[in-house]
Amino acid sequence: MDRFLFLTFDGLSRGAVYAAFALALVLIWRATRIVNFAQGAMAVATAYVAYSVADATGSYWVGFAAALVAGLLLGAAVERVVMRFIDHSSPLNGVVVALGLVLIIQGVLGMIYGNEFRPAEAPFSRDAFNIGGVALLSRYDVFVFAAVGAVVVLLTLLFTRTPTGLRMRAAAFAPDVSRLLGVPVGGMLTLGWALAAAVGSLAGMLVIPTELGLHPTAMDVLFISAFTAAVLGGLDSPIGAVVGGLIVGLVLSYISGYLGATVAPMAVLGLLVVVLLGRPDGLFARSKARTA
Amino acid sequence: MSALLEVDGLTVGYGAAPVLHDVSLTVQEGQIVAVLGANGAGKTTLLRALSGLLPPSTGRVVFDGADLRGVKVERLVRHGIAHVPEGRGVVTELTVDENLRLGGLWRKPQPPLAPIYELFPRLAERRSHLGHQLSGGERQMLAIGRALAAQPRLLLLDEPSLGLAPRVTGQIMALLRDLRDRTGLAVLLVEQNVRSALSIADQGVVLSLGRIAARDDAAALADDADLRHAYLGF
Repeated sequence: MDRFLFLTFDGLSRGAVYAAFALALVLIWRATRIVNFAQGAMAVATAYVAYSVADATGSYWVGFAAALVAGLLLGAAVERVVMRFIDHSSPLNGVVVALGLVLIIQGVLGMIYGNEFRPAEAPFSRDAFNIGGVALLSRYDVFVFAAVGAVVVLLTLLFTRTPTGLRMRAAAFAPDVSRLLGVPVGGMLTLGWALAAAVGSLAGMLVIPTELGLHPTAMDVLFISAFTAAVLGGLDSPIGAVVGGLIVGLVLSYISGYLGATVAPMAVLGLLVVVLLGRPDGLFARSKARTA
Repeated sequence: MSALLEVDGLTVGYGAAPVLHDVSLTVQEGQIVAVLGANGAGKTTLLRALSGLLPPSTGRVVFDGADLRGVKVERLVRHGIAHVPEGRGVVTELTVDENLRLGGLWRKPQPPLAPIYELFPRLAERRSHLGHQLSGGERQMLAIGRALAAQPRLLLLDEPSLGLAPRVTGQIMALLRDLRDRTGLAVLLVEQNVRSALSIADQGVVLSLGRIAARDDAAALADDADLRHAYLGF
């Protein structure tokens, strides 16, 4: 029972990170109908920025903030310079361009920082403290929950309570009509990519200290889990992304806990296949959310 | 009185073949001008060209003394022009209230929505419904209400009667006439429903195969039997 509880909390903690990353994928999919396969590589790039800044300033938190700012800038740049010019006549175009970005970003990171693992420090202890005699949560897990929770709350407030959020939603749902109503649709897309990339950066900063360390391909495995979470949630639904993330986190935690950690990467792919076969529109999607 | 909207020698095409040839017309403040003609005559193209949804073309479009060529679509509403596109253009994923707010969002401070809800009590009842839950008539009211929330001086209205019951069409026409009389709103009204359109319009323009075939007072157009038979089908 203790083990089950431990695995549950561990799964939720991982799931929170998947949720944040899936949320970033959903934000971009909703606005541009592109699955941003480059999001993992973009997040790693900003994690390297954090690494360099933290190294120079000696402060983890300055580096953390730098990663989020770098995420905003990188997201905006990718939309402005690359994604805006994609021909949407085939959904494959966006995928190919995003995969090309992955190769470029990982290649450049390898040239600058080298293709080796660098230790990534966690800002809080990762040792679980005892609750009622059971070691359940570490301070770091609490930090992860708080950070992801804050992002979810802030994004919800942004989209439902502010004029900018209303503009962003309108621009995503009906770009032509929005233009006629005076919404600067291009600017809203850029803002959407910037926010999504910053959320992706946050997810990267949260997950990298719990893995092997910083490496140009450090987010590849996380990407698959988060993509599964986003598909599970329907790709169109922010709530679905969060719930999907938590579900994927739990499933993977139980599988690696009871069957062994080596099974987990295969289990992610298995889960993705099951979702695509059994419920391709996801748990939360409205009809005709996805055609590709 | 100088014209609010002045279109001079407008030629527009999708690709190489022009759809509009040398179209000129004017709309005065407080005037409803009906654009009539058969399917494919170029009526919708005219509105889309005026609001910049179609690429630049030859000819001049002057609104309130300002040349509209090169003005971005999203800036148009700031000049005082609201375009209600064909098919109504309600954002179906947003609520009635959100759609209405969107209309006046660019204004600072944002205009109150109470007058719009007063104009369309039905929308007030359905304030928190999503766009896709509305009937066709309600969507048309929402699209017009949203355009009015921007407090425009000129309304470009594309086929407001499309798919609506005659009674609802009548209500919308009466509303347009009332707005013109009360607020001096100018309307460029594209309609297939010729009778309805001419019943409220001051001027009428008949388009045929992308050219202006006739232009006259609305009453004179409605009385011209030859013209009605040749271009308007009644």
